[in-house]
Amino acid sequence: MSMDVAPILRLFRQDLSVLNLGLAGFAESLLANGAEAVQLAWKPPAGGDPAMLEALDRIGAGADGANRRAAGIILEGRPVLVGLGTALDVVPGMTPATILHAGPPIAWERMGEPLRAAVSAGLNREGLCGEVRFEPCHRHQAVAPAAGVITAGTPVWIVADAVRGHRAFCAVDAEPGLARVLDLALRARGPVDLKELLAQALRMGDEGRERNRAAASLFIRALAPAMVRLDQPRDLLAGALAFLDASDGFFLNLSMAACKCILDPARTVAGSTVVVAMACNGTDFGIQVAGLGDRWFTAPAAEGPSDAAITEAAGLGAFCLSTGRMRQITAAEDPVWGIPAGIDLRKVVETGILPAIGTGLKPPGSCFREALAAFADLPAEKGQ
Amino acid sequence: MKTTLVRQDSYFDSVFLMLLGRELKRLPGMADASAVMATGANLDLLGAMGWATEDLAAGPDDLVIALDGADAAALERALEVAQKLLARKRVPAGAPAALAAAAAATPGANLAVISLPAEYAVREARKALELGLHVLLFTDKVALSDEIALKALSREKGLLMMGPDCGTAIINGKPLCFANAVSRGPVGVVGASGTGIQEVTCLVDRFRSGISQAIGTGARDLKSAGVGGSTTLMAIEALARDDDTNVIAVVSKPPARDLAARVVEALELAGKPAVVHFIGLEPEPPRPGSVVRFAGNLEETAAMAVALAEGRPYRPRVFTLPPEEIEAILERETRGILPAQRFLRGYYTGGTLADEAWILLHQRTGAVHALNQTDPAFVLADPRVSVGHTVVDLGDDRFTASRPHPMIDPGTRTERILAELTDPGIAVVLMDLVLGYGSHGDPAGALAPALAAMKQAARRRGGYLPVLASITGTPRDFQNLAGQQAALEAAGCVVLPSNHQAAMLAALVLDRLQDQGGAL
Repeated sequence: MSMDVAPILRLFRQDLSVLNLGLAGFAESLLANGAEAVQLAWKPPAGGDPAMLEALDRIGAGADGANRRAAGIILEGRPVLVGLGTALDVVPGMTPATILHAGPPIAWERMGEPLRAAVSAGLNREGLCGEVRFEPCHRHQAVAPAAGVITAGTPVWIVADAVRGHRAFCAVDAEPGLARVLDLALRARGPVDLKELLAQALRMGDEGRERNRAAASLFIRALAPAMVRLDQPRDLLAGALAFLDASDGFFLNLSMAACKCILDPARTVAGSTVVVAMACNGTDFGIQVAGLGDRWFTAPAAEGPSDAAITEAAGLGAFCLSTGRMRQITAAEDPVWGIPAGIDLRKVVETGILPAIGTGLKPPGSCFREALAAFADLPAEKGQ
Repeated sequence: MKTTLVRQDSYFDSVFLMLLGRELKRLPGMADASAVMATGANLDLLGAMGWATEDLAAGPDDLVIALDGADAAALERALEVAQKLLARKRVPAGAPAALAAAAAATPGANLAVISLPAEYAVREARKALELGLHVLLFTDKVALSDEIALKALSREKGLLMMGPDCGTAIINGKPLCFANAVSRGPVGVVGASGTGIQEVTCLVDRFRSGISQAIGTGARDLKSAGVGGSTTLMAIEALARDDDTNVIAVVSKPPARDLAARVVEALELAGKPAVVHFIGLEPEPPRPGSVVRFAGNLEETAAMAVALAEGRPYRPRVFTLPPEEIEAILERETRGILPAQRFLRGYYTGGTLADEAWILLHQRTGAVHALNQTDPAFVLADPRVSVGHTVVDLGDDRFTASRPHPMIDPGTRTERILAELTDPGIAVVLMDLVLGYGSHGDPAGALAPALAAMKQAARRRGGYLPVLASITGTPRDFQNLAGQQAALEAAGCVVLPSNHQAAMLAALVLDRLQDQGGAL
């Protein structure tokens, strides 16, 4: 038997450095002898659930390559803000009678009060009655923040991936007149690199979901010179700047669109267990996984309707506030943002560590377990 | 009255939980106590013991403490003690939970030591190999097919796969699991048995040489044709190419068919002086021109290896002490033994040490009972009761299902001794004492009262009971070898320099009694 023992000979020449799983005394003896030893906070993987362990074993390392590709796509994404538009004109598949809502698909009968109120307001705005089509924003490259819906006339931010050209949209909570001024200013100035702007904002203490003070300020700074040179009524320009200044919250919509823009292209990677969307319609919380196409895996929601958890799916928001834990469930590290990214479904189920999605909020673990079971059941050529 | 306490999301290792259960049981007013992870099997067990577990909201990663006490106050006290002990055991917050995360956070990591329950250990070992880590898998009762698959993966990656069921190794001078503080030196050891490696490495140290690497292979590596000596052969190959190893020693139970020949062939190819000891097999004479020598026992393995390392001839001998001193000890220790005292009792904590003893004594008496006797007539019918000549390994699976190994918790052995000291047939007691990392902090201190009681009981019957022992350890082991020896001697025990010598002296005691018309 010819054998390669070179790694063993290397071990003999290295300082021993042990990862210890189980009896803690073994690590203590090594430490007492000047060896490096790390005692793992090991717990039964997947909570000891035999069905989940079996699913994890079946998937095994088979998703590693696809996950590297998916994470690579996410990290390469260069989301730039190119302008604003009206949903009907720019959002793919939008029709006058379509209402896009946050979260996984849901029929009117199952909608909770906040989403119904938002939908009713949208119907009024569009003067719609009769045949209406409800669709999740996510199916249309779009995202909507808290209790928001997108109707045909809704102004939307347009974010494009400078690498792949993929576009993503998020509602703008502003009058159409203001939206037009912002669009003109952007076109005069040229695209704003949101990846870079968010990188700066993160270094200044933002997290890209609930804390956006730095990003909002940087954005005003980027846009104001172009805006004041516009040949537009002073009141309108002042109104636009006042809108941006009134609340940092406007930037959440931009951050969401940027995250949507970098996550969507990863959906094309078959065999990947990377989570590409997390969202809530107020009734169901749901996730989507690269290798599982358009399917949603849902569980009863504990929070209101919003697609804002797309920021956490991309590593921002509450996710980047606990990088130590989140690093244990991710496939890669974002060198620009300096945070872990690419949530690996396998690691979520295996460690029982759920992605952080906001202050004190945890997504329901069952959607991850169901998605994993579905992934394990994929025909082998797709799952590998 | 019975109660249970659940701690959600709190994983603790089995040894800690067994010791915790024992502590709680000892508290005043407590009838029973048990601390287990809330797996289905464990909950069923608690249910069968009378605890209400049907409505318990607990899963496999939750801890359940089940208490049975005289009254509410006793239970309250026990719960308090439990909380205190658990608080002390908490793994520091932020410690990585999964291997991949730990490996990423520890760039220099090169070995995973895994002592998890068997149902989880195999996955973790596989992941470790996939991460490029060498593995020591301490866990036993791993399925043979899993062992074959893990070792195939380790061969593919060129990684060391020590175990499953590997209790001892010394890598780069660092002790792993149950191992002793031995000097570094030119002798590389490959061993399928934990205490076998401990005895050989300690004796190499005693003979003023040292160990380059001691590689544990797991008990089945050479015993199973399916495993095919995978780890043993890789270890021999690695030691052959290791500049710091001048002599290779291989210790194992008798291998499966053809594997013994393959081991010898691998050693021939390695070309370095080598010693082989297959426990229980008669040593073969050296083959002309061969670098391989065969040793007849663990001590001889160490002695031959050191002689080869130093390039001097090996001179066989049994006892370290001169014959007249051995004769004086025999004379002293057999005087006062009554005719009714006829049987040997060996109480061991080291499996291989027990094997070495019963095999030697069975060869001489033809009548030694043991748990893994090859002669069905002498397989111990009830593991808990010694009959006739018996050498019992108290570290056997049958004793460690619900309590820690006796090298950790000496109680298993002292309880056995106390239960059997009323037997008027006991003529001589033989024991091991294993020091080193992982072992109890003061095994001699824990054993001495039982020894004294045993000798006292024999005296009360008008007789005398010799107790012979050896200590597997080095002067640098944290238990303090000299202190341990002094404690045993103070309890009236004769301490020999090796297990083989202790077993030989026991054999001479039996011979002497037989000459006197006593022992069978």
